[in-house]
Amino acid sequence: MAEEVVLLDFWASPFGIRVRIALAEKGIKYERREEDLRNKSGLLLQMNPVHKKIPVLIHNAKPICESLIQVQYIDEVWHDKAPLLPADPYKRATARFWADFVDKKIYEVGGKTWKTKGEEQARAQKEFMESLKLLEGELGDKAYFGGENLGYLDIALVSYYCWFHVYEKFGGFSIEAECPKLTAWAKRCMQKESVAKSVPDQQKVYEFALHLKKILGIE
Amino acid sequence: MEGGVVLLDFWASMFGMRVRIALAEKEIKYEYSEQDLRNKSDLLLQMNPVHKKIPVLIHNGKPICESLVQVQYIDEVWNDQAPLLPADPYKRATARFWADFVDKKMYDSGSRIWKTKGEEQEAAKKEFIENLKLLEGELGDNLYFGGEGFGYVDVALVPFYCWFYAYEQCGNFSIEAECPKLIAWAKRCMQKESVAKSLADPEKVYEFLLQLKKAYGIE
Repeated sequence: MAEEVVLLDFWASPFGIRVRIALAEKGIKYERREEDLRNKSGLLLQMNPVHKKIPVLIHNAKPICESLIQVQYIDEVWHDKAPLLPADPYKRATARFWADFVDKKIYEVGGKTWKTKGEEQARAQKEFMESLKLLEGELGDKAYFGGENLGYLDIALVSYYCWFHVYEKFGGFSIEAECPKLTAWAKRCMQKESVAKSVPDQQKVYEFALHLKKILGIE
Repeated sequence: MEGGVVLLDFWASMFGMRVRIALAEKEIKYEYSEQDLRNKSDLLLQMNPVHKKIPVLIHNGKPICESLVQVQYIDEVWNDQAPLLPADPYKRATARFWADFVDKKMYDSGSRIWKTKGEEQEAAKKEFIENLKLLEGELGDNLYFGGEGFGYVDVALVPFYCWFYAYEQCGNFSIEAECPKLIAWAKRCMQKESVAKSLADPEKVYEFLLQLKKAYGIE
């Protein structure tokens, strides 16, 4: 049975990156369509009428929305290789807890580290680094959060790596200095083909962020 | 084989109710431990050091945090009866999407109904009803969100029902007038023992909300 997989995406989106990595890990052929977020396509609005956001995964013409739900769906449908979630229910619950933590803490707080100034920015940076340290604790001495191999939580977090550079430059702080283990982990992930080919160039992301800052009117 | 189950909870918490319902559906014996949220116990802080929130499910001495993660864990471990998530991956992804929608939209808009006044409150009421209407659309003509049987999305949403009376009193509006299908669904769920014994009494919830308002200094 021919599988038709389409991904409505935006090149710099950490959420889109997660799905690209999962599809690559499973060796799934798909069509990636770049969306203009200021002029959303009819297809995007039809496939995600509730949130009107990317990424949208379309499998055999049926949409799946929300990046972590898409990654779990990919893992369950293409279950014959590269398992992303652990088999054990307790380990699965732990992976889901930390992926939820990444969603709650990294995106919003990370954004505040460059979209705000003064005391608000300092508070955001502190909270951001504390969150990264907690994740470092969860990683421990493992090669990946998934253990020997890249897993669900690795994918949930490494998708932000190309934005860390932006946070550092705008915020004037070094993530590597405070979280060397996490930085080593991220570089290890980047050596995997599925990750390297899914993440955009850091410099391009930085230029995009500069452009966004201008548009958003942030000094 | 299955060991001790403890639930650290707060009587009025919609999130705690989700777990109570799931445990009841699976007929799992457990110890319910009511927490004082203004004076958190050492056990709570030890079992959920990251968020310091209830509910916390403790199984064989190991904690699982976040209500939807807990419900999925319960469904996976006690998989011999009352399945909550569907077997089909696409239906599962859809169920996860709508439970996530409830998490993202219901709590926040509901809270703003009792925390605000005037124009802000009107906007919150409008958004709350719009969200309920989207859920009504997803329910369609089914008895439950899970189709024929009570399932994951029903568990995620029905606890909010015991807070509707409080929202209506604070916002001076009728949810049933706007969303009759959803109220019919909620009453249908309340006929299930697992739901009826897990939800708090709406009058008590309203009294609690009045106390909260006073504590927050909201008129």
